[in-house]
Amino acid sequence: MAVADGVHWIGALDPTLRTFDIVLRTANGTSYNAYAVRGSHGVAVVDTVKESFSGEFFRRLEAVADYDEITAIVLNHLEPDHSGALPELLRRAPRAHVYLSVKAPLMFKALLKPTDAVPKGFTLVNTGDRVDLGGRHLRFLHTPFLHWPDTQCTYLEEEGLLFSCDVFGCHFCDARLFNDRVGDFRFSFEYYYAHIMRPFREHVAKALDLIEPLDLATIAPAHGPILRHAPRDYVRRYRELSGRRLINEAAGERTLLVFYLSAYGSTRRMAEAVAAGAEEVPGVRVSLYDLEGGEAAPFVDLVEEADGLAFGSPTINGDAAKPVWDLLSSLSAVNVQRKLGAAFGSYGWSGEAVDLIEHRLRGLKFRVPFEGLRAKLTPTEAELSGCRELGQRLARHLVTPDALLAEAA
Amino acid sequence: MPKAKVTFEDIGVTVTVPAGTRLIEVSERVGAGITYGCREGECGTCLTRVVSGQDNLARPSVLEDQVLKDSFAPRHHRLACQAQCLGGEIVVRPA
Ligand code: FES
Ligand SMILES: [Fe+2]
Ligand SMILES: [Fe+2]
Repeated sequence: MAVADGVHWIGALDPTLRTFDIVLRTANGTSYNAYAVRGSHGVAVVDTVKESFSGEFFRRLEAVADYDEITAIVLNHLEPDHSGALPELLRRAPRAHVYLSVKAPLMFKALLKPTDAVPKGFTLVNTGDRVDLGGRHLRFLHTPFLHWPDTQCTYLEEEGLLFSCDVFGCHFCDARLFNDRVGDFRFSFEYYYAHIMRPFREHVAKALDLIEPLDLATIAPAHGPILRHAPRDYVRRYRELSGRRLINEAAGERTLLVFYLSAYGSTRRMAEAVAAGAEEVPGVRVSLYDLEGGEAAPFVDLVEEADGLAFGSPTINGDAAKPVWDLLSSLSAVNVQRKLGAAFGSYGWSGEAVDLIEHRLRGLKFRVPFEGLRAKLTPTEAELSGCRELGQRLARHLVTPDALLAEAA
Repeated sequence: MPKAKVTFEDIGVTVTVPAGTRLIEVSERVGAGITYGCREGECGTCLTRVVSGQDNLARPSVLEDQVLKDSFAPRHHRLACQAQCLGGEIVVRPA
């Protein structure tokens, strides 16, 4: 299927897939898009497909090129859904030189290790590097963390065609291929962004800085429809999605969220004391939430925008309460790296919840500089003032410039 | 206690840290653009260019050397999660 002059889609359709990578669902399968680009002195293959779809991929490739015409293989991303047919392609195309991102060599080595495939040679490329295919030029854009460190996009200059890999992709299978002909895939596009790209929104913004200035006739992603009609709409949508999700009423202020659960009111009183302590510090906006009163999903939106988070849970049978885990296990959808975290809670026999929460926060790459607070049964006045002090310390930490904090450490 | 002075060129911040501090700990606190994954010297994500003061960092371990080699890291590049500041002045930026 021709995508542009001398450019063919050589991918594979997977209409029966319902769950991708364990976590993503799709109501109508997906596609693994790969492309062949013909220049006057060679053919480039851009990405491959999932291994079990190799047959389809090679059939389509053979229809547009001979193996010994292939001089370049571009790997925009080494995840198995795009690199599955690579070892076999290397065997069949002995003249091909491989181009991959500067962040990709470790993954490349691991990928080829269990096979006997050896590339003729390979080059690590970065933004601005080009490959001349004879009358046509591929230019690389380094777009790390969209959604793996090794992700890059490749731009075919003469056609204004961007091979964007997972970026602008979606799990949507439709043999009509082009966005002006397939069914309605808006939901899939949004869903894909929310699950794959959202945790990396700062990196998305940087990648868009590279993509927006390009002359764009077509965006050819590695999953879902090829965007030849109004490609810029999708770029604009990514820009919107990578911005703030909540109207920021605390602009210029730092924000601290205090989440708690309480059976008999003890952890609630501790939470109120933490919040009250933090309130005393100017420049910090404090919010208090009872986890019993909400679902995890909207809380995740709040967490994404917050600077600091404190979690209070009683210990129930040696564990934190389930709504706390529900929220803490939903946070992989957003970036929480470097946010400030803390834990507290009351307990009856033993108080494991605080440690367990702190452990999870560190695992999520929160900074947890202050030791959590525990109170046996009903908190005493002294324990409550300890909570107020924790609130103050958290708030002061939030308003202290990072450089000063590093000095103090 | 001996101290080292670390500058993150990408954000223009200089901080003083105790000897033994790993680059990633400082970069994390000051919000420099060094990204990381495993923090255990395996994934190579935290690759960092040492602009000056290479000798003010502890020598790379055998494992770090291997990952640097496998990543085709140019000269004067280190894994921020492994490299410990010893003293003096060190200037770094994301690779
Ligand atoms: S973070 Fe993985 S090697 Fe440093
Ligand atoms: Fe991927
Ligand atoms: Fe993919």
